[in-house]
Parts: sequence; C-alpha cells; structure tokens
Amino acid sequence: MSERKFRYVGTRPIRHDGVDKVTGRALYGADFSLPGMLHGAVLRSPHAHARIVSIDTRRAEEMEGVEAVLTGADLPELDARSMPGTDGRISVRDLGHNCIARDRVLYHGHAVAAVAATRLEIAREALGRIDVVYERLEPVLSLERALEPDAPVLHEHLPGRARGLQDAPGNVAGRVAFKQGDLEQGFAEAEVVLEREFSTEMVHQGYIEPHACVARVGEDGQVVLWLTTQGPFIARTYCANVLGIEPGRIKVIPSEIGGGFGGKTTVYQEPLAIELARRAGRPVKMVMSREEVFRATGPTSGTRIQVKLGARRDGRLVAASSRMYYEAGAYPGSPAGPGALAALGSYRIPNFQVEAFDVVLNKPKVNAYRAPGAPMSTFATESLMDDLARELELDPIELRLKNASREGDRAPYGPTYGPIGLVDALEAVRAHPHYRAPLEHGSPDEPLRRGRGVAAGFWFNAGMQSSADVSLHADGSAVVSTGNPDIGGSRASLALMVAEELGIPVERVRPTVSDTDSVGYTDGTGGSRVTFATGLAAIRAAQDVIGQLRERAARIWGVEPDAVGWEEGSAVPLDGAKADCEPLPIAELARQMAATGGPVVGRASLSAPAAGPSFTAHLCDLEVDCDTGRSRVVRYTAVQDAGRAVHPAYVEGQIQGGAAQGIGWALNEEYVYDPSGEMANPGFLDYRMPVASDLPMIDAVIVEVPNPTHPYGVRGVGETPIVVPLAAVANAMRDATGVRFDSLPLSPPRVLEGLERSAGEGV
Amino acid sequence: MARMSLNVNGRDVSADVPDATLLVELLREHLDLRGVHVGCDTSQCGACSVLVDGRSVKSCTMFAGEADGSSVTTIEGLADGAELHPMQQAFRECHALQCGFCTPGMVLSAIDLLERQPDPGESEIREWLEGNLCRCTGYHNIVEAVKSCAAAQRS
Ligand code: FES
Ligand code: FES
Repeated sequence: MSERKFRYVGTRPIRHDGVDKVTGRALYGADFSLPGMLHGAVLRSPHAHARIVSIDTRRAEEMEGVEAVLTGADLPELDARSMPGTDGRISVRDLGHNCIARDRVLYHGHAVAAVAATRLEIAREALGRIDVVYERLEPVLSLERALEPDAPVLHEHLPGRARGLQDAPGNVAGRVAFKQGDLEQGFAEAEVVLEREFSTEMVHQGYIEPHACVARVGEDGQVVLWLTTQGPFIARTYCANVLGIEPGRIKVIPSEIGGGFGGKTTVYQEPLAIELARRAGRPVKMVMSREEVFRATGPTSGTRIQVKLGARRDGRLVAASSRMYYEAGAYPGSPAGPGALAALGSYRIPNFQVEAFDVVLNKPKVNAYRAPGAPMSTFATESLMDDLARELELDPIELRLKNASREGDRAPYGPTYGPIGLVDALEAVRAHPHYRAPLEHGSPDEPLRRGRGVAAGFWFNAGMQSSADVSLHADGSAVVSTGNPDIGGSRASLALMVAEELGIPVERVRPTVSDTDSVGYTDGTGGSRVTFATGLAAIRAAQDVIGQLRERAARIWGVEPDAVGWEEGSAVPLDGAKADCEPLPIAELARQMAATGGPVVGRASLSAPAAGPSFTAHLCDLEVDCDTGRSRVVRYTAVQDAGRAVHPAYVEGQIQGGAAQGIGWALNEEYVYDPSGEMANPGFLDYRMPVASDLPMIDAVIVEVPNPTHPYGVRGVGETPIVVPLAAVANAMRDATGVRFDSLPLSPPRVLEGLERSAGEGV
Repeated sequence: MARMSLNVNGRDVSADVPDATLLVELLREHLDLRGVHVGCDTSQCGACSVLVDGRSVKSCTMFAGEADGSSVTTIEGLADGAELHPMQQAFRECHALQCGFCTPGMVLSAIDLLERQPDPGESEIREWLEGNLCRCTGYHNIVEAVKSCAAAQRS
C-alpha cells in the first residue's frame, strides 16, 4: 500500500464549490423559500424546571395570519424504545420530548409550543398569546446537586440505567467502567503518586449558521424537508420516529451547511416544522435565532474528573484510576463513554480502572461536539502527566514517549492497536523548531509571563455506513454522488479519490451531495468518517466503473473482459488480447457508451471497518498578564497523524480549526447560569469564541502512518485536533505562572483568583 | 412604510419597506440577496457584512432607511461577470473557507481593510477582522488570503 504512487491524492486542488461559496451563490439552510410558505416560531420555557399545568393556545389561534398552532399534546405519545440506528443510546421518547415538552419542562429554553403564520412577526406575536401555567420546581444546575440524595429527580424512569446503579443517586442515567490488572498492587509499586480533580464547563459547538429548515407535506402525506444538517438520513429517521410516520415518507434535501462540529446531528425544530406544515397545508420555514441556538441546542457536557497516576521514578506509569461525571443535560446521553475510553488510551498502563457517569440536570440536552467527551478527560490526564513530568524532572515529551502506546499494544479500551502515530507525532514536536526556540519566561516581578505546554491524545474515528455513485458522462467527465453534506471541504477529497482511481484530472470529477431519495443510506458527516468511509465507497464505486469500462473495451476489441486491463485512465490489452488493440482512454470509452451498452454508473454501499485512530501532539506558548489575568496564545504547533492526507490543505484546515476551538474552550468559553437556571450569556458578545486577534498562526504539521483498513491509508482527521488543546493551554499556563489551574476556562477572573490563592498559600 | 432608493450592486432599486426594517432584511428578503448571511442578528458575527458607500457595515445593525441614497455592495456584486474580485480569488485559492458561511462577510470586510491600508501586517489584519467570526478555520488561511490579495494588488 505504501508503495503506491499517487497522482492526485496528496495534491491541493481548489475545491469544486469554491466559486459558489465566495460569490454568495451557495444556498444554506435559511436561504431556501417556497411559494406560499409560512414562518414558524417556537415558544420556549422561561423556567429551568417546571411542571406544565396547562397551555391555552386559543388567543393565538384567533390571530389573523396564524395558520397552525402546536403543543406537545398534538404529537404522538412516544415510548422509550431506542432510536433505530443509535445503538440504544437515544430513546425515541427522550428525543421527541426534547423537541417539544409534554408535561414537564426540563431546561430554560425547552420548546413548549409552536406557531406557523404568514409572517414571522405574526408568528412571534402569537407566541405571546399562548398562555402557559407552570408550577415551578427546583432546578438542578450542578453535578454536585444532581448527585445529592435529596436532589429533585428529573426522570422517574431512566431506561438506560445500567445494572449496578440501583443505589446510585436518581439523576445518574448511566455508567461506564472498565479496568485491567490489579490497581492496588499497581499503586503500591508506584514511587510517585499524583492525584487531582479537574472541572470543565458546558461549551457550545458555535457553528455560525443557526439551525434552519423548510418543510412541505403533500396531500398524500409525503414530506420534503430542506435542511442544514450533518446527517440527512439521521434527520429522516429521527423525524419519522418522533412523528410516528415511516421514514420512507420523508425526503431530506440537505442544503449547504454553515458548520456543525457534531451539533447538527440531531433534530430540534424539524419535526415541529413538518407537523405545522401538515396542519396548515402549506410549507413552513423555521430558523433559529442565535439565542435559541445557545439555549436549546446541544452544547457539550460540563465535567468533574478525578484522576490518579502512579509511576516509577524512571517515569514508567504503573497504575492509573479515574472517576468522571459528565453532564448530559435534560435527557440521558452525555459522551461519558467515549470520554472514559479516551482518557488513558495514549499510554501503556498495566493497572488501571476508569469509571464514568452520565448525569442528567436542568440544562439543555448535550449533543455531539467534535471528539465527544475526549477533550475533557484528556485535559485531566494530560494535566496530571505534566505535573508528573515536573515531579520527576523529566522532559514532558520524554515522559510521554516512555509510556506511549505503539503498534501491537492493547488499547485500554479493548482492541489491539495497528500502526499508530503517537510516537511519530511526539517526535515531530520534539524536532520542531518551536520546541527548541528559547522562551522568555519573564521576570517574577513583571506582570507579563510566558509559558510553554505540551499535550498528546487521540480520537477513535468512526467507520459506519456509506454509499456512493459514480456516473460517467459522455464527455469523459464523472460525477461522484454521496449522502454526506460537505462541512469542511470533503467534496474535494472525494473527487480526488475518484480521480485517482479513474485516472482523470480532479477537475473532471464533479462531487455532489444527494438527497435521501437519490443515494443509498449514508450515516452522518461526523466521527471524522467522510473521507475515510464515504471515500472508501467512492473508491469502490469508481472501481465498479472501471470494471464496466473494461467490459466495454472487451466488446469493442472482441476479446474476453479479463484480457483487458486498466492503466492510468485507459483500457489496455493484456496478454491474450489481440496485438493490434490500441489502449482506449476513458474519454473514448465514454464517447462510445451509448453504442456499447448504455450509461455507465458505478455503485458501492458498505459498512466500513473501524477506522484507525488518529494521534496528535500539540505545543502551546502562552502569555499571561498576572495583573489582569488576561492571557493569549502566542505560538501554537499541532502535529497529527493523518494516515494519508488526501487533500493536505483541508487536513491542515481541520487541525487549525480544531486547535482554535480547543483554545477557546480552554481560555474563555463557558455556559454561565444564574441561580434560576437561565443561561446568562446566550450570545456571541458574552459567550466569547476566539476572534482573529486572539490567535496566532497555527502551524499544522501532518505525519503519515498509513491506516491499513483503507486502500490509501486514510485516517479520519476532523475531531482529533480538539482533543488536546485544553491540556496544552493549561500546561502552558502552569509553566507561565507556577500555578496548576484545574478548572476551565482560564478566564481572567479565574486566573486572578488562582494567582491570589497560590500567593496566599505562599507557593 | 417608507419609500427608499439606493444603489445595490450597481443597480438602482427602490422599495417600500416598514420603518423598522433592517438593511439585512431588505437585502435578503426583499432583494433576494441570500449571500448576506445571518449568524447572530445581534451584531457580533459579521456574517451579514456588506459595503455601504465602500465601508464595511454589519447589515443587521443598520436600518434600511439609513442606507437610503447610498450605494451598497454585497458579495453578489463583487465579481465582474465571470471574473472574481481579487479578494474572492484569494479566498478560493488559499483555501480560506471550510463551511463558507462566514466567507461573504470576511471577503467584504477584508476589501474595506485593503482600501484603507493596502499593506497591512498580520496583526492589523487580525485586529481588523475581529468583528467577523469564523468557527471553522482558526483564521489561519483567512489571514493568508488577505495577505496574498494585498500582495497581488500592490504588484
Ligand atoms: S448577523 Fe449581523 S453580525 Fe451576526
Ligand atoms: S468557514 Fe465556517 S465559519 Fe468560517
């Protein structure tokens, strides 16, 4: 595999949708309209926890221009069976109740009613005329409170409650645990034992495009949904289940998508739009405001994570244990599982035990966010690894290399690693000029200090189901059609792989994103799976085209198909073919298609094998003003194993974007709640994401350790980059200030407080 | 209702719009210029940036009436026929977009910067673009694109 010489893969062509996106022609979720279309709006709970005593919609219904009004009572009763295609992680009832509350509201912003009207202002005004009587209940707003024995219990029945949880507090929805070796003996062997508790707050994915859709329902009950989504097929399945209709009755047409990062892998207002459209007999458009996006769509969990590490003086880890609590929000389903699995995956540790809990409380239900669960647990373990390096007076990279997992090691989460790139990534950081560049720490009497931090980690990467069609045009160009919305340039990487197989220039391959009626089932754009799994389908579909073209050539030459080979875009005669057969280039075969058997369409559908994990190591220089607590990342280098970088510019782009999000998470981003459970900062002014001037250039370095489960060696790359910045930044802060901060974000007030506390302790 | 006349992307238009209509609503809903994106409607993201008399403005912060008599350029009005504006070209060539949602606002804002300062340094570019959020790229390639456009325009 590594022998293969690539012609197009590894080049950096301009993306096929580039012109549409720089000219404003690309249509995103809110850009679509239909004749006669109504505008929908959602009434949201002003309480974090309350019983709905009654809802009276009559005054709204009477309004001129109001065409349909909806409450939870108008949707089918749902049972707790698990949503098809979600491995039992999501119950249909939870999902439906999150879309619109039934008898109880579980977070501030929870949908309670919806209206469709001829104009948006009318719909909004009508919301004000819906009379809801609430009986307020105590909101559960922290993990600490959720776990207390007398805390209000959010759900009487938690179907996901695993065995062994009977005695756990009532808001514990699930538990994941695994272990190896003998923990007690491991810690007994340790010469150094470090232990600490870490915490992180809820943060939002922060895609710039709010959720938006248009729904149309025909008289025959057929639904068409135009939608900005990472998963057209997921949206279809979820809407169908929540509404109690067959998935086959819904066609989802994905628009261009303005970012998602995991946040657009579920449904919120979409079933409401469909039901409003059905009732009104007219299409309905729904677009969220930014405030609604913050209050009512998936952030990711806040966490409390205790970690304990035991090592020998030479740096070898001998034991580790961790206990983690992840906020799920209002319904079960935090990423505690993957968080726990990711916590120790980078190192060889003979004895360990990890236990993670999924905890419900009165905040929005969390949703996937780039490498769900891993950044928090990695923040905890990699912070403690940094302390360990200091304690042992070892270089932090040296310590990690001593313990790094390698090919053939059994991952703590079960499988045995194939070729992986952790050692390569760590060594690349060590060899990078940034690592050797001198750092001016600043003098202890000056407020401005600098520090440097390193962290390593990985993400599993998903495989799952994908389909692709490749059809050949008579002019010799091709179209590759898949079911994955292109969130960050995947069209270009899919086209590159098809070009590579067919042997035609990448500009001659047009990648297109199909609707759910026009391409085979395809799991969502998530799990870093598109270039890997859908890429695999695209490669096989292209190979199917080649197989058919060899038959066409055989027919033209009057030979058996196996006497025809394929080389660099042409059918070539093999031994046994007639000597006078000239190679037939793809353009020629395409021209003759009609006469040789008709259109040529290649297809592939597959369930991809587990994708190889992608490892990474990041290096961060941070400057902090100890008078104000303000800090800034001044230099950043991120090294990652991409397996094989199909389009290196977009791999770098993923690395830079993920690092930037992680830096925001580390330094500033957090959901702030007032005591009543209302989010206090539901806008970009106070929920502060990195702006251009907050960041330096991010030096993205790709290493390539080919992944044996993909013919080119591709690994997923999109999620890994957000796994380690939290720790890299926190470790740089430790280096700059001498203080270990165990709570994120490192916002100025928190930094000042930490500095004062440590000064008070005389550290 | 107010009657207003302005020049949008080189064409004179007049429209009757309710008094409180925002410029972004006029452009998106009345004139169908869907390249003007709305990311926040509270003037923080910059996705709705347009040029009003050559200066970049967040169109969600301005009443349509305030643009009466002005000339407005949106992303749709930048290309000259099939020829992209050099800034559009630079964004495309430097891979300065992932999802592309921030791109129209970024491009217009960056054009305004180069009008004022043809040779901006990295930190000038970053400070100027503070009002335009991008969640995908980490700004790296956006800064590269602005630099490369500036260099191309100077030569
Ligand atoms: S929509 Fe105008 S600044 Fe965000
Ligand atoms: S490219 Fe997605 S927000 Fe900038």
